[in-house]
Amino acid sequence: MSDLDWIEQALTGARPVAVAALLRYFRDLDTAEEAFQEACLRALSNWPKNGPPRDTAAWLIMVGRNAGVDAARKRSRLEALPDEEKLSDLEDAEGALAERLDGSQYRDDILRLLFICCHPDLPRTGQIALALRIVSGLSVARIASAFLVGESAMEQRITRAKGRVAKADVPFEAPGPAERSERLSAVAAMLYLVFNEGYSAGFDQTEARAPLCDEAIRLTRLLLRIFPTEPEIMGLLALMLLQHSRTAARFDAEGALVLLEDQDRTAWDRPMIGEGLALLDKAMRHNRPGPYQIQAAVAALHARARTATETDWPQIDHLYASLELMQPSPVVTLNRAVAVFKARGAGDALALIEPLEKDLAGYFYFHGARGAFLKDLGRREEARESFDRAIALAGTAAEAAYIRTQLDGLGGYGKRAAS
Amino acid sequence: MLYAILCYHDENAVCGWSREQDEAVMGRLMGIQDRLAREGKLGPVARLMPTTAATTLRKDRDPPLVVDGPFAETKEQLLGFYLVEVAGLEEALAIARELGEANPGGAHEVRPVGYAHMGDPAKAITS
Repeated sequence: MSDLDWIEQALTGARPVAVAALLRYFRDLDTAEEAFQEACLRALSNWPKNGPPRDTAAWLIMVGRNAGVDAARKRSRLEALPDEEKLSDLEDAEGALAERLDGSQYRDDILRLLFICCHPDLPRTGQIALALRIVSGLSVARIASAFLVGESAMEQRITRAKGRVAKADVPFEAPGPAERSERLSAVAAMLYLVFNEGYSAGFDQTEARAPLCDEAIRLTRLLLRIFPTEPEIMGLLALMLLQHSRTAARFDAEGALVLLEDQDRTAWDRPMIGEGLALLDKAMRHNRPGPYQIQAAVAALHARARTATETDWPQIDHLYASLELMQPSPVVTLNRAVAVFKARGAGDALALIEPLEKDLAGYFYFHGARGAFLKDLGRREEARESFDRAIALAGTAAEAAYIRTQLDGLGGYGKRAAS
Repeated sequence: MLYAILCYHDENAVCGWSREQDEAVMGRLMGIQDRLAREGKLGPVARLMPTTAATTLRKDRDPPLVVDGPFAETKEQLLGFYLVEVAGLEEALAIARELGEANPGGAHEVRPVGYAHMGDPAKAITS
């Protein structure tokens, strides 16, 4: 690694902490980001000569703060009427120069920065894009390519999202325990959105979207470092790692989706699985189960099975049953039905999902699973109808291609309905 | 003389390495390890998982308390270690320097080992 490479890594690593602290000083996202940019420029010219500082984040915060104060001073001299409020804020910031940077303050700063991105008015993509831009510092071009939109469209989307966030007035005081825990769960949900946006990508998009999974994991690790005793955050990180560990096995050479049971398990990333299992172990000691821990436990059972046939389906059925109680949703029941199919047979599985038809009529996986159950029961005509509907609802070419192989598996029996 | 080389690095930076960067660093380190092993100087080597996977047993109270996370909150974290059998400090530092060039940033603490057990009952080492 060259000098510039490791400096860049250090800057990226320190970014969430530094931007979060600068946001507290300047109380304005753009000013905080500009101050951080300035600090990075100085780091690039200074560190190769003088060596890296002992605490990169603290250095960037100090330098960024000074740069931000300077910039605001210059601006206020140029403006006819200085903004009173802004000036008094800056005096506060200057007064804080001597303040020691301690861990507990960082913690609420980072949480606030992440929480800002979870604004409920923001659409899902807005939340994800904002987090990737502000917290991770990914370039607009890279985010745009992940969402398959043009750079200027993404730029606009991020600017709009920032505008909404600026009006939201997230308080800058340290939050109380209840508020903190609410923020934490909103942030966890947002990070899982970022992860899923990357994970659900089709084969042709994996290159553009894989960084989303890596970013989500990196930010969740950061969150767990500042909230080390939260079992659900351990569960979330475990869940992401265990799912991401299968990445190399999820598509075949032609880009077709490979189902879990057909994946080459030797291609799964063992170190990632190891870390996921270790985190889940830690989480379970707390005896405070939650949705992320349960989903991670399901993923762990897959990870522990050396072959698909060794999968402990009854246990997965059991885990999904607890998830249904905790977080009832038709999608959870559908997932459970797959485990029931493996553990008890297609009849039970079909009975479990029949009541979901109304809720999941527009859901690809519902029709795919229903088709598979019906096929297993020998009800070919109905299976064919379900598969046809699934194809119509497929979100990616790989999904549609997979269902077509299922259709082919039905053989020449029955009549083709619509195609 | 047995030395421990304790590897400290900023975890935020190391966890942000791309797979390619990580593999490149590990590849360089393994080259050095292979050579040290051939020279009969290499003891156990470990790369530790991130501190988020750590659990600490506080035994300064009774009963001991199990807490999540690493023992110390530091700017750089203990992310791995080497044991090397060398002639003395200079040689240990030379190895640390070489490992540092392959994996820049952070610090290597070079510490003489007072007692070690390599797992083989016949091979406890006391310096």
